[in-house]
Amino acid sequence: MAKPAALSEERTVPPTEPERVPGPVLKRLAGPTAWADERTGAAGLGKYFLRKVFPDHWSFLLGEIALYSFIILLLTGVFLTLWYKPSMAEIEYEGSYQLLRGVAVSEAFASTLDISFDIRGGLLMRQVHHWSAMLFVAAMFAHMLRVFFTGAFRKPREINWVIGVALLSLGLIEGFAGYSLPDDLLSGTGLRFVDGLIRSIPVIGTWAEFFVFNGEFPGDLIISRLYMAHILLIPGILLGLIAAHMALLVYHKHTQYPGPGRTDKNVVGYPLYPIYMAKAGGFFFIVFGVTVLMGATMQINPLWTYGPYNPSQVTAGSQPDWYMGWVEGAIRIMPGWEWHIGGTTWSWNIFLPGVGLLTLLFVLLGVYPWVEAWLTGDKREHHVLERPRANATRTAFGVAGIVCFSLFMIGGGNDIIAVMFNLSLNTISVVLRWAVFIGPVLAFIITKRICIALQRTDQERLLHGSESGVIQRSPVGGYSEDHRPISQGEAYTLTHHNEYPSLPEEGVSKRQLQARRWFYGDNMSKPTRAELEAAAHHGHDGHDGDGHDGDGNGHEVAGRESRELTSSRD
Amino acid sequence: MKFLSSRRRHRAVRPLLLVAALFLTGALYTVAVPDERSSADAGTSTQVEEGRALFAVNCSSCHGLNGEGSSEGPSLVGVGAASVDFQVETGRMPLAAPVEQAPQKENIYSREEIDAMAAYVASLGPGPEIPTEAQYDPEGLTAEQIAEGGELFRTNCSACHNFAGSGGALPNGKYAPALEGVTPKHIWEALRTGPQQMPVFSEEVITDENVRMMIAYLQSLEEEPTGGLTLGGLGPVSEGLWAWIVGIGGLCLFAVWIASKGARK
Repeated sequence: MAKPAALSEERTVPPTEPERVPGPVLKRLAGPTAWADERTGAAGLGKYFLRKVFPDHWSFLLGEIALYSFIILLLTGVFLTLWYKPSMAEIEYEGSYQLLRGVAVSEAFASTLDISFDIRGGLLMRQVHHWSAMLFVAAMFAHMLRVFFTGAFRKPREINWVIGVALLSLGLIEGFAGYSLPDDLLSGTGLRFVDGLIRSIPVIGTWAEFFVFNGEFPGDLIISRLYMAHILLIPGILLGLIAAHMALLVYHKHTQYPGPGRTDKNVVGYPLYPIYMAKAGGFFFIVFGVTVLMGATMQINPLWTYGPYNPSQVTAGSQPDWYMGWVEGAIRIMPGWEWHIGGTTWSWNIFLPGVGLLTLLFVLLGVYPWVEAWLTGDKREHHVLERPRANATRTAFGVAGIVCFSLFMIGGGNDIIAVMFNLSLNTISVVLRWAVFIGPVLAFIITKRICIALQRTDQERLLHGSESGVIQRSPVGGYSEDHRPISQGEAYTLTHHNEYPSLPEEGVSKRQLQARRWFYGDNMSKPTRAELEAAAHHGHDGHDGDGHDGDGNGHEVAGRESRELTSSRD
Repeated sequence: MKFLSSRRRHRAVRPLLLVAALFLTGALYTVAVPDERSSADAGTSTQVEEGRALFAVNCSSCHGLNGEGSSEGPSLVGVGAASVDFQVETGRMPLAAPVEQAPQKENIYSREEIDAMAAYVASLGPGPEIPTEAQYDPEGLTAEQIAEGGELFRTNCSACHNFAGSGGALPNGKYAPALEGVTPKHIWEALRTGPQQMPVFSEEVITDENVRMMIAYLQSLEEEPTGGLTLGGLGPVSEGLWAWIVGIGGLCLFAVWIASKGARK
């Protein structure tokens, strides 16, 4: 990765405009741009935005994948609306797909078949639209995980985090609504699933179902209602929220990874114009290209093989798109708990894993910035990101969440996994019932230990330098390896993280103090100046056989470790 | 007669009478039963004998010496020749090892040997016969009939065998196998005999013509061009997996490449 020179927003390069002689093109453009600027004031804005500095890191492009997928979705979606008919009226299919001719289907299904077989480029557009939708949600998840693991949600970005969570939840609903529109066997089965979720809401479930479906499932209105939500309501809200998300991004300025010259008061990177315009613009075309390639070469949602929706049919391998797979899995592995009180049915077997888990995920995500702020007591602003290892407990939370989510996902595909790996469907379900509780706890403990081990490795590097790979034999026969001191820049990066116990502990309740101890009590503290200097001195003397890599270092490390645990205050 | 009447209360009378009664029953049985059998399949009695010999070697350890079944395998009385033809020709029988469900494997028997075993098992009791080609051959159906076969397939078969016939899971390690490449005759036989977990679809439920329609639908489905790589024909699970691997994975590689391109070195 190219290491850009320090270039902060406060100290941008002074403009050298007056010395330049404009070329013929610029001269010709001067008139129209001046005209536009006098009426819109674009030059002032441009001056501000074009010099906006963005830091460089591949993980900052995950959110861009989501944004570009959204644009691709809008473009291909407009194409699809030209021919799609959101009607559940029953007709006889007369299109060119021979294997469904004469079958009674809904107009929605027939028009989707027409798009696939009779409209030029229609199948490609459908497949690009569908792949793009999968990537949109996947990229949002990946982006969210990046933001989570690096602590980018901390003050002042909590509101933007909540907007992101709203975008994610709306993205799921948007995807689901779109998945239901073709009215094929799988999408109808998916709608039946949601119908069950709605009905499982205690007491009011049936009324809620009648409200949503305008009567009993499937009714004859749900497709047109979902169509409205899919092409107007939710994309509208998504657009507004994306605008707010980006506006806040510009207002807060982009976060950056720790490194030499990077502080909470600057942004080190390249300006939007010309570098980031080229990079981001180029990336848009790459995302578009990859999505079109997927649409062109990989079949997705072949609804002509699913056939039209028929409530009497459910096919093996009925699954939702991946982002709803974890809810499907939770419902598949849930024991059949049900209450009957008076004349009402309380379907815990569907309500808890379905409605309960969906709510739980988004509530947990939404409140996490405040939970962590309470746990750490950290109310400061942060613009430099944390490396995942530097905040072991948060990283452990995140990994536990991923493990839990993935286990539920496995439950959602339990039949496919049983067939593919010659396993018993029942065993998978029983194992998962336990694993979704035990797995995250194990993941939490293991991740936390790995993070702390990585912190220790960093500490080793700081104090003893990097291994040179040169083994020396001393005259008495002992072996030792030389260590080379690391660069100042790397040392800066390795020590550039928060030292939570430095926060004031006066006026903090006893419970909060306990919470803090639990949250960061196991973290390593940074070495002191004296320790670093002593280590550097030691390093210059060279190793003489009793170094810190052999087993003769017991007393020294043990002595240091007990003090390094930050539960004791520095 | 005095010899008999004076000894009728002798100690040996009861056991002797029992032996005599058993002998008589056995004698009557040997007179009566072979008569029935020879009338049932007079022309193929040598084939039946051949089949019995093959059966004794290959099948009897589980299904019993006379196909009566044992703790290891079910009775074969009344399963019919079609069942033998299906199980042996697809390699499912004889089993290589006791498993949840007999897997498909290479068939090691010749046509004559299968016919002989089928004839022998058919001789144990009436059951579905090996179909003639007219019963399963999908030739000569109209496009509308093939489309109707699709509806029949989705209604009756897709719940276990998947919408594209890719197969699916059943409880406790059992499964509905994939239908790609299964011959029309075997599909017909499976429907009529209900092998393994499959229910029997009798002629009253699904006529031979219906079966031909479904076979034609499956064959047409296999020949149909697809919208790209089918990703296993397993539906959204494999699609989601590939979206992450190819989509997000591939784009991340591009992102690493873009981020590594600096304006200054």
